[in-house]
Amino acid sequence: MLEVITMDKWQSYRDRFIQLLIYCLVLLVSAVFVWILFDLIKGGWSHLSWEFLTQSPFDAGRSGGIGPILISTLLILLVALITALPLAWTTAALLAEYVPVTSQFGKTIRFSLQVLAGVPSIVFGLFGNAFFSIYLGLGFSILSGGLTLACMLLPILVSTAEAGLRAVPQSYRLSAAALGMSRTATLIQLLLPAAAPTLAAGLLLGIGRAVAETAALLFTSGYVDRMPDSLLDSGRALALHIFDLAMNVPGGDTPAYASALVLVVLLLCINILAMKLAYGLQRRRIMSL
Amino acid sequence: MLIDTLTRWLLRAGAIVSALVMLLILAFLLIESWPVLDQITPTRFFTDTSWHPMEGAYNLMPMLSGTLLASVGALLLAIPLGIASALFIVFYAPIYFALPYKRLIELLAGIPSVVFGFWGLTTLVPLINQLHPPGASLLAAILVLTLMILPTITLTAYAALNAVPKEYLHGAAALGLSRWGMIYGVVFPAARSGIVAGIILAAGRAIGETMAVLMVAGNVVQHPEGLFDPIRTLAANIALEMAYAMGDHRAVLFVSGLLLMLLVMLLSAMAGKMENNQYA
Repeated sequence: MLEVITMDKWQSYRDRFIQLLIYCLVLLVSAVFVWILFDLIKGGWSHLSWEFLTQSPFDAGRSGGIGPILISTLLILLVALITALPLAWTTAALLAEYVPVTSQFGKTIRFSLQVLAGVPSIVFGLFGNAFFSIYLGLGFSILSGGLTLACMLLPILVSTAEAGLRAVPQSYRLSAAALGMSRTATLIQLLLPAAAPTLAAGLLLGIGRAVAETAALLFTSGYVDRMPDSLLDSGRALALHIFDLAMNVPGGDTPAYASALVLVVLLLCINILAMKLAYGLQRRRIMSL
Repeated sequence: MLIDTLTRWLLRAGAIVSALVMLLILAFLLIESWPVLDQITPTRFFTDTSWHPMEGAYNLMPMLSGTLLASVGALLLAIPLGIASALFIVFYAPIYFALPYKRLIELLAGIPSVVFGFWGLTTLVPLINQLHPPGASLLAAILVLTLMILPTITLTAYAALNAVPKEYLHGAAALGLSRWGMIYGVVFPAARSGIVAGIILAAGRAIGETMAVLMVAGNVVQHPEGLFDPIRTLAANIALEMAYAMGDHRAVLFVSGLLLMLLVMLLSAMAGKMENNQYA
């Protein structure tokens, strides 16, 4: 009995040491996160104002605001979503509802999307520059930037939508079939609405990805910080604005902090909303069991 | 029914277009890098004397070593931190800390790379500069990359740990294993393939990361001799030189993009295999 106790003692010291270590590491990670947020707020808060959000930038962005940049970001995002959403959702519907999981066709599409998800964003930038800007002749424009982003968003939009459709209970499909609904009607009237929260969560995640993107836009949507006149105009995205202020504009730190704060707050809101949608759905499903 | 046939064709068309994007990207990278691949033997990318693309010297090795060193360094830091975070969420955290901490990691995943780069540039680089000038260095790149891949490792490790059947844990507890004994002897072997797949994915992200590294790494083309030497990565090189590259120079940048993409494809295929094995 004594032996057992001594062994347990050693093990319990080891257990406590490892627990302490893990707590310390977790504290470190949390502290760094708070440090980053604190730095951004300290550097940018005083510069934030309604004028900053609406005015045009002057003097390479050192003074003035980010009005046209927000508009350009929004336009790039809209182009990306309008292109990517129909493609992604039709692909997801096909993968989830029409092809068996094991079919070669489905596997090929899934593999190609999986690879696409891993492609570095700078490579998307190279491709967008070669294909949209030069081959299709769109130049440095909001349109080519948005289309490049659309390619980037495809994998995440497809995988969330497919997961959402697959989570719809099988009984829905059987009931619809028993009522004599066509498969198209089942998809549009029943499955898509049932999967709507997941679709929305995926959409928000995609928006977050797109707003955060810099490298893919560097050589596609360009640097011009004027208010864009049309989709064929060059427009500078918010993330690119931060990069330019930090790297190429001496004395641009304060507006860069303020822009970074705007971007991070925007992304936090988008991501929290996406989480709420995704987890809210999960909770409801668990409660209805 | 006619409408069903139409829908099916519509969906199929959408899916085929989605799948073709991948091929289109590969095709354009190949087309754009062909002028160089056609003329130059690929060994010249490793044996040329230096990287002076204007004079036709295309040695990619210093940038390749910079990329790999920064990625490996970031992995060495992020793997223990990520696995500790995942263990905290699944096993160690009091119930009211587990979920908030997981949310925090998820939010960390959503912070854009340019913000990490900017923070590194304004906070980390001056700090490292006090320690050992010039500040913009391999070390700064490693630290920023660590923050960026930490969420990937944590969240995949969390999913893998969470998927370990509860019976295993009950069995281990019934055998009188200590907590760490259970984690080390039972949970890790059961979750290994999932955790490794997450690490491989994170490695892919680290290799392809551009903006954050570009902002803090100093961007000198050289083999670094220590942690405080500036480096330039392949991805950062593309972002830096694409703006003015012409002719063969531009084609070489596409070659390095192709190289990056092949590296990442290899890694994601490996990660995919790992995950498939898990369910086998």
